Amino acid sequence: MVMPQIKEVLGSEETPKPDNAVVARGISKTYGDVEALKDLTLEFPRGQLTSLLGPSGCGKTTLLKIIAGLLEPNAGEVEVNGKPVTGPGPDRAFVFQDFALLPWASVIRNVAFALELRGVAKSEREAIAEKYIADVGLSGFEKSYPHQLSGGMRQRVGLARALSVDADVLLMDEPFSAVDEQTRRKFQEDLLNLVQNENKTFIFVTHSIEEAVYVSDQIAILLPRPSRVSEIIRPTGLRNKNVDNIRRDSEYLDIVDSIWASLRSYVE
Amino acid sequence: MKSRSFWLKILSATVLFGAWQVAGMIPVSYAFPTFFESMAALVRLAADGTLFQAYVETLRPLVVGVGISAVFGIGLGLWIGLSSRFDWLFSPIFIVMQAAPLAALIPLLVMAYGIGLTSKVFVVCIMAMPVIVLNTAGAVRNTPSSIKEMGRSFLASDTEIILKIIIPAASPVIFSGLRLGISAGFIGAILAELKITPTGVGDIITYSRSIADYPAMYAAIFSIILLAVLFLNLLERLEVYLFEGNVRGYASD
Repeated sequence: MVMPQIKEVLGSEETPKPDNAVVARGISKTYGDVEALKDLTLEFPRGQLTSLLGPSGCGKTTLLKIIAGLLEPNAGEVEVNGKPVTGPGPDRAFVFQDFALLPWASVIRNVAFALELRGVAKSEREAIAEKYIADVGLSGFEKSYPHQLSGGMRQRVGLARALSVDADVLLMDEPFSAVDEQTRRKFQEDLLNLVQNENKTFIFVTHSIEEAVYVSDQIAILLPRPSRVSEIIRPTGLRNKNVDNIRRDSEYLDIVDSIWASLRSYVE
Repeated sequence: MKSRSFWLKILSATVLFGAWQVAGMIPVSYAFPTFFESMAALVRLAADGTLFQAYVETLRPLVVGVGISAVFGIGLGLWIGLSSRFDWLFSPIFIVMQAAPLAALIPLLVMAYGIGLTSKVFVVCIMAMPVIVLNTAGAVRNTPSSIKEMGRSFLASDTEIILKIIIPAASPVIFSGLRLGISAGFIGAILAELKITPTGVGDIITYSRSIADYPAMYAAIFSIILLAVLFLNLLERLEVYLFEGNVRGYASD
């Protein structure tokens, strides 16, 4: 009976407890006999980008889909803005690894598709879609079809679709793994701007150590079978430095090296 | 690009009809008229109205049968593709239907449903439906899981996932099933008129053969093929109109 009062007092006097947009608590997930995630707990601070990094098969995508509400955990729960997740919701938007565009629909219809599913009137949703198409730099391609676009452009369409619903949390499942190296670098720079300018929480799955260190406020390193969070790295020093010099920064290189050192034994 | 494919079509038609003309002139058989003889007969049949009267007869079971096959075929295919239980229940029926020697089964149909419209519609359906059902079911089952997941993550209801994702994604294969099914339906309609009661175009074919008016017989056969081709072209237009982005052009483009 006394404990809660003490907590309250502490909370109000000292630094406020960190504002987490998403909290995953005690998540376990098994596929048949395979234990993909075991008692995983992780917090995602609001307005920041958290990467889930780990060797393939470590359950990063599984965790992301559980947060999205696309998969049900066997145990544990996810809270988004303090409310438990029971399925997909308007507070989260997903960016897919393979873009997941509708091949029969034009760019503008693809971008507006999420709004179409929410029952937004056609003229209104197309106006919103046009704005986000311009934001991701695809103006002039509204009437094109996905098969007429390059991989990078397709993922811009996927990103515009996710932004169009104005969700608090953006879930990105290896969004840049299917685009070429140069486009990926551009995407990473754009993503840093996006995190800075939009007041959104990003959860970003990647298998690239460099990418994770480059874009993240917080990196959760997952180790496989069954997955748990082995380490959380916050490259805070890097976030205040000039973007153009990050890749030459010694702190950046040190973090990349130390992550590789802890992961290498898990990579066959 | 468009004009090139147009000229290619003309060229292929010319080659085909030229070969027909030559084969008729050799002649390969006493019962095989030349292309121009057949066309003259076609004009004659059209001019005296016989052809149109015949088509009024023939189109009835054809349209009813193809309509039923398309609606129920796509509906059933969708159902089979979505549910493994209905797959087990219905797929075998259509696989048997597809493999059945139809001509041998027609007497059974006639005993059960008489010689009227019903039997003929049945023949058209048996020809047209299996390929429509099986194609639709296969296409529905093979919808890429990532776009279904995309729909769910952006809050689509189950109905919206079916109507806005699964059906459009399956449409190229559904349409190819429709094309195959409808051409089989045309064959079925003529088969019914040859095997059940000689009416319509089947009557022209049977009658012309019995009086050895082979040009008229081939004119009737030609007209039904022409109609089928026109109809299939129309269907293709519809597909392009509905799902333009699905049309990728050719692999060599």
